[in-house]
Amino acid sequence: MNAENVIRFEETRDPAKSTSVAKLVDVEIDPATLLVSDTNELDLKAYRNNADKYLESLARDDAQLLINALWEYPTERYEDCIVAKLPPPKYVIPREKPVPQPKPLTRWEEFAKRKGIEPNKKKSNLTWDDVLKKWVPRFGYKKSAAEKEKDWLIEIPQSEDPYVDMFEKKAQVKSEKVSKNEFQRLRNIAKAKNVKVPSMGLPPTPKLNSRQLNSAAKIAHLSTASLGKFQPHSSKEKLLSRGNIVPLEKKRKLPVPSLEEERKRNLNIANSILNKKPKLDVDKVVNRQIHSEEVEASEQKQSKKRKGRGGGKKRRSKGHHPANKEGKKPKGGGGKRLFGGKGKQQSGRKRR
Amino acid sequence: MGVVQRVKKPTTRKGKKFLEERGPKIIENTKQSLFFYGRSSSETLKRCMKDLYHLKKPDAYPLKGKHDVLPMENSTPIETSSKKYDSSLFFFGSHTKKRPNNIIIGRLHDHQILDMAEFGVENFKSLDEFEGEKFPLGMKPCLLFAGPQFELDPTLKRIKNLLVDAFQREPVSSLRLQGLEHVIMFTCHENKIHMRSYRISLKKSGSRTPRVELEEIGPSMDLSVRRTKLASDDLFNSACKKPKELKVKTVKNIKRDVFGSKLGRVHIRQQDIKKLQTRKMKGLKKTRKERASHKKPTKSQPSNKIDN
Repeated sequence: MNAENVIRFEETRDPAKSTSVAKLVDVEIDPATLLVSDTNELDLKAYRNNADKYLESLARDDAQLLINALWEYPTERYEDCIVAKLPPPKYVIPREKPVPQPKPLTRWEEFAKRKGIEPNKKKSNLTWDDVLKKWVPRFGYKKSAAEKEKDWLIEIPQSEDPYVDMFEKKAQVKSEKVSKNEFQRLRNIAKAKNVKVPSMGLPPTPKLNSRQLNSAAKIAHLSTASLGKFQPHSSKEKLLSRGNIVPLEKKRKLPVPSLEEERKRNLNIANSILNKKPKLDVDKVVNRQIHSEEVEASEQKQSKKRKGRGGGKKRRSKGHHPANKEGKKPKGGGGKRLFGGKGKQQSGRKRR
Repeated sequence: MGVVQRVKKPTTRKGKKFLEERGPKIIENTKQSLFFYGRSSSETLKRCMKDLYHLKKPDAYPLKGKHDVLPMENSTPIETSSKKYDSSLFFFGSHTKKRPNNIIIGRLHDHQILDMAEFGVENFKSLDEFEGEKFPLGMKPCLLFAGPQFELDPTLKRIKNLLVDAFQREPVSSLRLQGLEHVIMFTCHENKIHMRSYRISLKKSGSRTPRVELEEIGPSMDLSVRRTKLASDDLFNSACKKPKELKVKTVKNIKRDVFGSKLGRVHIRQQDIKKLQTRKMKGLKKTRKERASHKKPTKSQPSNKIDN
């Protein structure tokens, strides 16, 4: 369809002027950007005479050339409009952003490609749940709600310890799966960006900030056998207590007991002290009895032997205390007491 | 060791779509432009920037207030705001004693400054000073560049590219012929670029194509080129790289002749003459020995022959 058949124009003001424009050098026209590049020399005489008028006539000529070129292209009718089909742009303009790169393959995709494993076919979004008797989405909040509804009871398998919280265990398994997936995702990103990541442990921090350095110095200060008690330090330095680094267990504050309860508790304590009875350790008593019996028996044996021999060879003891003959260990207490009272002899069993 | 950026996954679908919209694409979004002023401005400059904003309107974002930015000295603030507003063009206006009525037009590639050119605005006439109908909002203008210097001078050639980038809205595949209403003309003469803007009226000419008549609608100004900061050719070419998918494949070996019939050219490999079957003659027949030595495993014979 020709454009002239449909588009009607008004009469020109100057019918003498035609649509043809003569140029010394052909102008370059890019229809897709509606761009005309006219490299002809300017008419300096006309320019100096009246610049604005000259520029307008120049613009008219170039615009006429563009219109002439555009009217050559095949036209189409589109919703009461005549539309010209234009070729792709010739004039090259830089892109806003770089050309998109294909997504780098993940570790699994690479492996699957190498082994010729085909990717899974697309799964349907909904799955039929036999227990709930309804369609449940494969993932998302509705799936997790359905799971919660379904698993109000979990059977403990025979091999399992019956006191294990199966709900907690299930949650733990799930969270482990999630963190494993996250780890793999990060590893794939690192591989795609060509970042070296150690196979074990955490990567070293490249540059510590002042706060981190400060805390590292403080930790080093405390890391001696005496917990930094004898380490030299400047007076301005703010030192940490051990609790700042290794979190101490917080003492839980119990709620204030009622008057009645407090009285009862105190009475109990008083009673327990007043009614204290020595504890009878049967094992200890039996052992002591056996020991004393054995000692007695051995003493009797010794005395019999001496009588029987009647002054035989006299055994020499090399620096041995005569008491050692009975196999008794030497007892402490021969030395000076450091903290004992002045000349006060301690008696009785050793209290701990 | 490089630093991995954007490790965090978008948590919502909306966030994901937002990032995808801003990421690199094969067919890109229309370039958005930022309009903002420096530390000081003048009345002329304000009117000029307002008119330029009007020329760009649906694809432009004016920033409020004054900005303590010197794009030619330090371009980082522009790069950050380009990232923030996802815009790759900027128009910056400033007015100082040294450079009065100063406009910097620039563009970015991948949120990095590519080209910047500084212009001094002279003989400014705004849109309001011209009477008559103006162009409709969002209209794609025709761009005319006149003067041999736009082709000969490499700096001006790049400036032309920058101006085309700044004022063309987006390349089109089809065009409503009656929608051609606005022309922006740049004429270069002695380091000065005359910018004029006209409205097209198409008139009857007697032939198939209409006759063009123009009417000045403004804004009109003379731009004197001041400082420029243009990208190296390497960087410019890498920014111009076309994606593989958009490259037009040349159709080989298929032609159409004058009568519209399709002609194809088929390429065949060289024929093996030795295997060619020629006329059979007794003398050329292989002996039994020869046949035995060349014998190949033969296919099983059809059994029906034996039955008959």
